Amino acid sequence: MRKGSVKGRTLLLVALLLPLAGLFVYTMTNSGPLAPVPVTVAEVESMSISPALYGIGVVESRAVHRIGATSPGRLLWLDAQIGERVVSGQVLGELDPVDLDERIEAQRAAARRLESLVAAAESRVAEANARKEYAEAQATRYENLRKTKAVSVEAADAKRQERRTTAAMWSSARADAEAARAERARSGAELQGLIARREDLKLVSPIDGIVAAREAEKGSVVVAGQSVFQIVDTKELRISVRFDQSMASGLRAGLPAEIVLRSRADEVFAGHILRVEPIADPITEELVAKVVFEQTPGTLPPLGELAEVTVRLPALPEGPVVPDAALRRFDGRLGVWVMENGSISFRPVVTGRRDLDGRVRILEGLDAGERIVVYSVKALTPRSRVKVVERLGDGA
Amino acid sequence: MISLAGRDILHGWGKFVLTSVGLGLLIGVTLTMGGVYRGMVDDAKVLLDNSGADLWVVQRETLGPYAESSSIYDDVRRSVFEMPGVERAANVTYLATQVRRGGEDTRVMVAGVEPGEPGAPGQPGYLTAGRHLARSHYEAVADEASGFRLGDTIRIRRNSYTVVGLTRRMVSSGGDPMVFIPLKDAQEAQFLKDNDAILQQRRRTAANPSLNRPGVPGMLEGVIASQGVNPYVNAVLVRLLPGADPEKTAEHMRRWMRLEVYTRAQMEEILLGKLIATSSKQIAMLLVILAVVSAAIVAFIIYTLTLGKIREIAVLKLIGTKNRTIVGMIMQQAIALGVLGFMIGKVSATFWAPKFPKYVLLEVRDAATGFAAVIVMCVFASLLAIRVAVKVDPAEAIG
Repeated sequence: MRKGSVKGRTLLLVALLLPLAGLFVYTMTNSGPLAPVPVTVAEVESMSISPALYGIGVVESRAVHRIGATSPGRLLWLDAQIGERVVSGQVLGELDPVDLDERIEAQRAAARRLESLVAAAESRVAEANARKEYAEAQATRYENLRKTKAVSVEAADAKRQERRTTAAMWSSARADAEAARAERARSGAELQGLIARREDLKLVSPIDGIVAAREAEKGSVVVAGQSVFQIVDTKELRISVRFDQSMASGLRAGLPAEIVLRSRADEVFAGHILRVEPIADPITEELVAKVVFEQTPGTLPPLGELAEVTVRLPALPEGPVVPDAALRRFDGRLGVWVMENGSISFRPVVTGRRDLDGRVRILEGLDAGERIVVYSVKALTPRSRVKVVERLGDGA
Repeated sequence: MISLAGRDILHGWGKFVLTSVGLGLLIGVTLTMGGVYRGMVDDAKVLLDNSGADLWVVQRETLGPYAESSSIYDDVRRSVFEMPGVERAANVTYLATQVRRGGEDTRVMVAGVEPGEPGAPGQPGYLTAGRHLARSHYEAVADEASGFRLGDTIRIRRNSYTVVGLTRRMVSSGGDPMVFIPLKDAQEAQFLKDNDAILQQRRRTAANPSLNRPGVPGMLEGVIASQGVNPYVNAVLVRLLPGADPEKTAEHMRRWMRLEVYTRAQMEEILLGKLIATSSKQIAMLLVILAVVSAAIVAFIIYTLTLGKIREIAVLKLIGTKNRTIVGMIMQQAIALGVLGFMIGKVSATFWAPKFPKYVLLEVRDAATGFAAVIVMCVFASLLAIRVAVKVDPAEAIG
């Protein structure tokens, strides 16, 4: 064995072992708990953010007019299709009157009969009146004659009695005539009532709008109060939007809103908040607001369609702003990791409003220009060694 | 002084290096197996850590929400909030499901959390990109392991969500990556049936004469509307005020709210002792066998390596080398082999560990234990070889 070759081999072995040792030290210090945590760092910016609220809602009409029967009956005909435009007062359908028409006819006949009865009673009054007047004249005449003793007292008494009898007959005839007139009025009112009931069997639209639903068909029997048509006013289209209560501060009427309909996701409609409902939903913990379109879309969205609504609030005055990913909870407090001279320390902060892009206004604890940790591959502690990198992983 | 061991290694260095590489890979496998076991336990622990909760309020007599299904009304949170010692309470739902992105499915655990303040219970504690949930609907924060990128649109049940943030090491106890979505969407995803099922349910209800009576308009609509509600969540995560006694608060809730409440220690016991108990034992068993086999192989290698040199040792003896020198040579060689093997093993384990589909946690303590075990094994194995070497007859060198 030559000496040189041994030296060569030693060198070779050392050349082989050194990188291995280096690799070993590298892996021991760059993986596992001893490894520095890669983090990204950003500067706290001083800027103005405009917080926004986000909610989802349902397209609805201000009022849905349910048109139905007030009395039970069978639908005789319906003449309005879903989606059809109708005008106020238009007859959309009718319930079967069954015998109502016949009863109206009978009532008319009865009224005519009562008319004749009234006429007859009135002529009887005239007749009784004529008799009464004649009897009065006779009685006066006989009274004068009796005074001159031209007639007997008996004859005069008879005429007087006749006067009283005819007067009573006249009263009776008048009462009869009154009764007949009253009967005529009753019958007339009854006829009017029947006609009104007949009219009530018609289903009439109270507004100009479109037929949103037709819930019964010709021939089906509906009960009193059941709706047959739903008419909605297209001019009064609005969106009932629900905002999470915890994230809805600043919501008020008049704010501009962006509306995205679920079926037209790439179109943004302008609108504004009409009002915030005075009653919130206690079960779902949401506020409800009504949002109206600035301009009703050409093709009307179907009622009940979901819509996403973003409400932009007025911009806040400038102040320190951090990305929400920088906010961490450590030791029971919310704060950020501040980077100073290559090491990190935790600083509790008080946060203010945030916008929908994840920027959070810092009220206390940070100043603009300070460097803070935004992303990290694991939770940080004050003892963590960190390594600042441009970005983490390939996800971004 | 010339190192006899060094000279011998140089003499047969190819053999030495190849042996140490083989030994190293074997040690690497053992370390990895240990890492798989640790990773499994860590997955369970990290799930609890990430939830940021001190107490879990779940359905009575269940081991929920991770080990068993649990469902409670979502307004329970408010009564929990009123309990003494509670700082924050947050509703949460967990749903293991397939999430579609484009054409492919990914198995994930969908967690429904209340959007809002970062660091609230249930929320991911840190991000690696993007931002936290800011809207109360249709946004998602995903674990990187899911393969989703920022801006991806993923589909969970009936809704599409935009990935707005990425995080890391947010996994279920089974190691599935987690996807965080707003609670209301998650409730819908979990409890709202698909459209076909809803339609069939409506039809069934309409066909039921007691729910669809003629002459009672509006009844059917009311019944159908009541079928669509889902006021349930899987658990309420509770964070306690500093200084509050978890067990006392839990006992108070158990007693007055008649719900099951688990503390962190109990939850760990459920996850480690029940949920992953058999699978982790399985791995632990394999690890033990692997460790024993590795030890045996290390011993055999060193033993046969020495036996191969028995002639040379006899020559050394013949020229009057002291026994101590020979023992030193064998032992130094064995330890050198062990150290080299360990280094190779550690490096290889570190390099292939991230390639595993599930988390492999290589702990320094495990590495140290492994190193000590390897050295002890090498010394022990070399003792066997030394016994042979010392006994060898110098005459063999000639004979």
